[in-house]
Amino acid sequence: MQQLLTEIVAKYNYWLYVVLMMIGFYAMIGKRNLVKKLLGMNIFQTAIILFYVSIGVKRGANIPIVDKHAALSHGIDAAQVINPLPHVLMLTAIVVSVSVTGVALAILVRIHREYGTLEEDEILEKISS
Amino acid sequence: MKTFALLATLATGILLLYGTRDFAPWGDPASPASSHVSRVYIERAVEETHVPNLVSAILGDYRSYDTMFETVVIYCAGLAVVSVLRRNRS
Amino acid sequence: MKLLQERAKGRPAGDSLIIRTSVRLLVPFIQLYGLYVIVHGHYSPGGGFQGGVVLGASFILLALAYDLKTSLRYMSEGANVLLGNAGVLIFIGIAVLCALLGGLFLDYAALARLIPMAAEEWRSFGIFLVELGVGLTVMSSMVSLFWDLASGGDMEEGL
Repeated sequence: MQQLLTEIVAKYNYWLYVVLMMIGFYAMIGKRNLVKKLLGMNIFQTAIILFYVSIGVKRGANIPIVDKHAALSHGIDAAQVINPLPHVLMLTAIVVSVSVTGVALAILVRIHREYGTLEEDEILEKISS
Repeated sequence: MKTFALLATLATGILLLYGTRDFAPWGDPASPASSHVSRVYIERAVEETHVPNLVSAILGDYRSYDTMFETVVIYCAGLAVVSVLRRNRS
Repeated sequence: MKLLQERAKGRPAGDSLIIRTSVRLLVPFIQLYGLYVIVHGHYSPGGGFQGGVVLGASFILLALAYDLKTSLRYMSEGANVLLGNAGVLIFIGIAVLCALLGGLFLDYAALARLIPMAAEEWRSFGIFLVELGVGLTVMSSMVSLFWDLASGGDMEEGL
């Protein structure tokens, strides 16, 4: 028990992101409304983005914008600057998530125009009949 | 259906929580994510590109191939929305 | 109160003199700020993606405060498509130009054959050119996403 508690305290951020991801995952597979599924996917993406950003944290380090002249003359200590690589990857992932949301919303508008509803089972009924 | 979804969610969550056992503690400077390639980026980006913002330097120079296709992805998303939705005005 | 409610029901949402005037005053500054975020991305938080979204948001704000026709008057469909294409073309054109000038694909230092500058300076400047392309593309696709989703595709009336 003591071991589990120290584990949670050292990594509580990962535990929070897993809980956030579970919320999104449940909305994606448990809900019948397509817009709710889409919102679940957005929550899922947010959890993954937060997870990646928190990987890059170093305790006691500064932001990855450095003083140019000091860096050119003395060099940079890698422990003093947080890891910029997850930030770069997530910068592009955020834009991709916006694009995915846009395309999905466009397809939802088309589905609503075609079938008049966004409930999954009603759409399946209309397709089969 | 709902109970199945709940069970699947719980199973995934428990597996992922079990997986966090292998991670380094939060904010550890020697974690695997910040000890291989990102170290090289931080130490050499300013002298190789003269850009103080390391995120910009990595985004535009070291990983510009990634960024290029990212741009193409956004462009394709815009194109897809136009081709799915837009109707001709006559 | 009743009179106010009935008057508010008759006109589209967001249609008020205060909002219109403040948006008209704010939009040029928002666009200037977007350009600043793109251009100053080397020295402060920012870059092509963020600045492009800010630029796109200025046109979306116009469409929200006035209506979709007004934003179409400031930024026509053709100009939007042209800017988006130009953004992708800038990025890929620079990449191919580097390869044609004898360097590697996307190796900006090869551009020193066109304008002689130090390799580090060219890499810094190449990042700026590339970010400009990214910003144009992001702005164009944000605006076109909003237009199509808000009007259902017919570009007649928005939200």
